[in-house]
Amino acid sequence: MNGSILYVEGVTVSFDGFKALHDLNFVMAPGELRVVIGPNGAGKTTLLDVICGKVKPTLGRVVFEQYTDLLPLHEDAISNLGIGRKFQAPTVYTSLTVFENLELSLKRKKGVFSALFNRLTVNQQEKIHDTLDTIGLFEKQHDIAGLLSHGEKQWLEIGMVMMQEPKVMLVDEPVAGMTDHETEKTGALLEKISKERSVLVIEHDMAFVRQIAQKVTVLHEGTVLFEGTVDEVQNHEKVKEVYLGRGDH
Amino acid sequence: MNSLTHAKKGTGDTLKWVLLIAGCWLMLLMMNMIPPKDSVFYLSNFNLNTAGKYMAYAILALGIDLLWGYTGILSLGQGIFFGLGAYCMGMHLMLSIGGEGAYQSDLPDFMVWNQVTELPFFWKPFSSFGFSMLAVMLVPALFALIFGFLTFRSRIKGVYFSIITQALALTVWLLFNQNSMNLGGTNGLTDFKKILNFPLSEVATQRALFVMTGICLVLAFVLCRWITRSRLGKVLIAIRDNEGRIRFSGYSASRYKLFVFVISAALAGLAGALYVPQVGIITPGQIGVLPSIEMIVWVAVGGRGTLIGAVLGAVGVNWARSFLTSNYPDLWLYFLGVLFIGVVLYFPKGMWEISGKIKSLVMHRGKKTPLTKERFT
Repeated sequence: MNGSILYVEGVTVSFDGFKALHDLNFVMAPGELRVVIGPNGAGKTTLLDVICGKVKPTLGRVVFEQYTDLLPLHEDAISNLGIGRKFQAPTVYTSLTVFENLELSLKRKKGVFSALFNRLTVNQQEKIHDTLDTIGLFEKQHDIAGLLSHGEKQWLEIGMVMMQEPKVMLVDEPVAGMTDHETEKTGALLEKISKERSVLVIEHDMAFVRQIAQKVTVLHEGTVLFEGTVDEVQNHEKVKEVYLGRGDH
Repeated sequence: MNSLTHAKKGTGDTLKWVLLIAGCWLMLLMMNMIPPKDSVFYLSNFNLNTAGKYMAYAILALGIDLLWGYTGILSLGQGIFFGLGAYCMGMHLMLSIGGEGAYQSDLPDFMVWNQVTELPFFWKPFSSFGFSMLAVMLVPALFALIFGFLTFRSRIKGVYFSIITQALALTVWLLFNQNSMNLGGTNGLTDFKKILNFPLSEVATQRALFVMTGICLVLAFVLCRWITRSRLGKVLIAIRDNEGRIRFSGYSASRYKLFVFVISAALAGLAGALYVPQVGIITPGQIGVLPSIEMIVWVAVGGRGTLIGAVLGAVGVNWARSFLTSNYPDLWLYFLGVLFIGVVLYFPKGMWEISGKIKSLVMHRGKKTPLTKERFT
């Protein structure tokens, strides 16, 4: 737990008796870019759900920055502590513009009355413009987000999480459904982001994992099977057996 | 820079709509006061009064639009809040009658009839005009605060929320119907004589009430406009788009929903309070399940998510109702049904969408309406 930014201990999640996570232990250091892989149903998304408060585990502990217990907190409180979540299917606010999507995500007071009275400062506008530049949507800032392409929505959502200036960014399958070119661009974006914060990425695409990963965690049946570098993971017998060796990757 | 020009455009739009509403309101007033009675432009006292009633409804419709059009919460119980405001006002007016009632008692007539000998404790503060004016908004707001807190905290939403509010409307209707509630039972509160010592039967008093209603409508419109154009308004739209996601952007969706629910209840209460002295009666029949649904129809027909659409919907549907019920009494319900189904099928964003289509047809010569921000602000 010492020096960790995320510390998950003995977490069990069961849905009607089915254990999505089973006595899972997971530690992440500040500044780390970690990739979590595993076959379907291994519990990858559930792990993110537990960290960001969407799902409450039946057993275990989740601690943020060594001292903050996340389990009693609601999703919005966890988000304001500095944990940002990018969902698997792109979830943006479809009837707001790209700019407004980022504006809402901006790190600042999120209470009802500050939302009523506070206006954007010049500084905050610049921040939004910088992010628009980074995600390559500057030209489309006044477009309705619902009309963006799939890849653009994914980038917008990554941008929204960046606006929150999280200490930990949880990213669920960012390149699913993207073209090779888009995948490469997304990889570069994530690497850039990880220079300033810890990033936890779930991914299936092994080529993409090789592009970005420093350390890989393999989940299997709700628990950690193996942790190591990409090469170690790819040469590990058990991992090959449950996941890689199936020939579909 | 771009967002600045947006803001300026928005303020101009607000002014445009305010001028439109205020202009219609002044014109009606002038039509009542200036032309001779046989002129085609003359608006009778009765019709001025009716227009005042529609404007009160428009205030309520604004609240529904905030709640449903912007935030996506369909409450089928807005009649309750309308009723609470109306009954608060009605109680004050009943007590203002003093000894001029049919039984010449200090108690309201229906209490004498029901053999109640002492004024019930909750009636007492309503003899004060100031207290009653606060109560018409605070009582519904408080009710919405408690009910909303319990439901939104448990994350009851969508159709489940609608069903619960409908059940609540039924419950309140049943309660208000009981004589033991000391609220006049099925006959409600009526026979009002004066407000602040001005006789309600006089034209001048009714004109003053019409003016007050117009001012309240403009203020309510500006308030709603301000809310929807602030960041809070964008959070409301985000809740409508994806309530699950907004929590992960750090916003407590339940608190925002509670806020907008309370505002809509207060507006409904204000509408009820303005309705009562102009119509002269409030009964449980005006606040139950059916009126609550009709209120939803006004907004659906006028245009969800555009404040001016809600105002026009409330006034338009009620005007059509008055016109049809007096000229073709059998047709009104068919008309309402056809109107509602037609709008839902062909103009899901309401009649206001038609004006937008015509405008773009004229301006862009038939090019498809670009999907822009204005649609939602």
